[in-house]
Amino acid sequence: MAQVTYVDLKDDRRYTVDVEGGATLMQAAVDNLVPRVMGDCGGACACGTCHVYVDAAWVDRVGLPSGSEAELLSGLLETQPNSRLACQIAMNEGLHGLVLRLPDPQL
Amino acid sequence: MTSTTVIVGAGQAGGDLASALRQLGYTGRIILIGEEPVVPYRRPPLSKAFLSGEVSEEALYIKTREAYAKHGIELRTGLRVQAIDRVAHTVTLSDGSRLAYDKLALTTGGRARRLDLPGADKSNVHYVRTIDDIRRLREQFKPGKRLAIIGGGYIGLEVAAVGIKKGVQVTLVEALPRLLARVTGPELSQYYEQVHRRHGVDIRLGTGVSALEGGSQVEAVVLQDGSRVPADLVIVGIGLIPNTELAEKAGLACDNGIVVDLFAQTQDPDIVAAGDCTNHDNGFCGRRLRLESVPNASEQARVAAASICGQRVPHASVPWFWSDQYNLKLQMAGLSQGHDCVVIRGSMAADSFVAFYLREGVVIAADSVNRAADFMMGKKMVAGRLRTDPAALADETVTLKSLVA
Repeated sequence: MAQVTYVDLKDDRRYTVDVEGGATLMQAAVDNLVPRVMGDCGGACACGTCHVYVDAAWVDRVGLPSGSEAELLSGLLETQPNSRLACQIAMNEGLHGLVLRLPDPQL
Repeated sequence: MTSTTVIVGAGQAGGDLASALRQLGYTGRIILIGEEPVVPYRRPPLSKAFLSGEVSEEALYIKTREAYAKHGIELRTGLRVQAIDRVAHTVTLSDGSRLAYDKLALTTGGRARRLDLPGADKSNVHYVRTIDDIRRLREQFKPGKRLAIIGGGYIGLEVAAVGIKKGVQVTLVEALPRLLARVTGPELSQYYEQVHRRHGVDIRLGTGVSALEGGSQVEAVVLQDGSRVPADLVIVGIGLIPNTELAEKAGLACDNGIVVDLFAQTQDPDIVAAGDCTNHDNGFCGRRLRLESVPNASEQARVAAASICGQRVPHASVPWFWSDQYNLKLQMAGLSQGHDCVVIRGSMAADSFVAFYLREGVVIAADSVNRAADFMMGKKMVAGRLRTDPAALADETVTLKSLVA
């Protein structure tokens, strides 16, 4: 089981959770009641409520957003080059220790 | 003494309400009661990827069963709440037991409106609301079968798209003169009609159903215009009825939904309600509404949880919806009823556009197809009640971001 840490940018609280391989990082956050990751569309890449910033050290391993994800991200206001939608990142052992930062979700 | 919150209905709203209570630091008991045997699950994929078989049942679950236990949420499935005693602060369950509550949340959702015709109870007539509905349906949803869909709303159209992809022969019947009439303007209706016809759906508009013919199974759907649609199976998608009976029996005001205020509060200070079952005040829309949507259920659940925790958070979000059909991602923000101007940005022919709806120069709604970025901008325009030049909205050399900022 690999671990991911979510950091709430509002108060710098850290949530370190165990994530099973294959689970999305939106699902892992929702399962663990991590705030700010809403996943309102259930992972359909339709709402932007699981927007995360990938820690700089992890950007290469996590990879870049795909077509529809990149499209949706370009419509969000507070995006950075390391922005991703957590629903589009599937967990694997190589991501053990990953840190994601959580901006204010845009509803 | 510890306080207890009982949540009646374990769908999207009920599950999210339980989670939101814990996120807000609620330390009392939380008992979440669901009629279906499974954990709260996402219903939108029922008419899409779950029907097509692309996703498993487990993938629908909002959280695993363990996740509820881990956060001290007592999930009791396969149980119905039969009655509420508001004076004694108890609910009676279908197994005869009683539970005491300090706060009660009604997240009872809705059920598929049934077709009121002889023969509608035959085994090849289907509805799309629960996992069980889809399991039953999938046995008959096979390549080459003749499918008659009654209702040209989201459910009917999404099922039609899955059917076409699977090699099912699809006829769709809609009583109103256009598709999606309840949720969008004529431009989008015409666009979706043409898309579905192009994919091979036989669409019959402006005619209701007068009879279902057949023996032990329905063999044909007879339309009010006299025509006959032979069918191996029938899917009915004619709307949702809010589950308000429990609230009504308890003497709570109901009017096409359980009546709640901006804070998801019913007239009883110890009872909140959220989701598809509510007739609620929406601070953004400035009027009462009943919405059938996941984002509304989640947002209102969070509002209701705040009310239980003694915080006053108004429910004032912009309603929004989405629908996946073929390779088209439709996202809609705001409510377009009452618009006096429609602006199309992009190209319907290229399946990539946004329809902006304006009233007196203010953007009140935006429907986008395959334009997620423009949708997010459109939603911000709606939320900010942006007053803008229609020509600029249509001009692709002007970025939407520049209009919002």
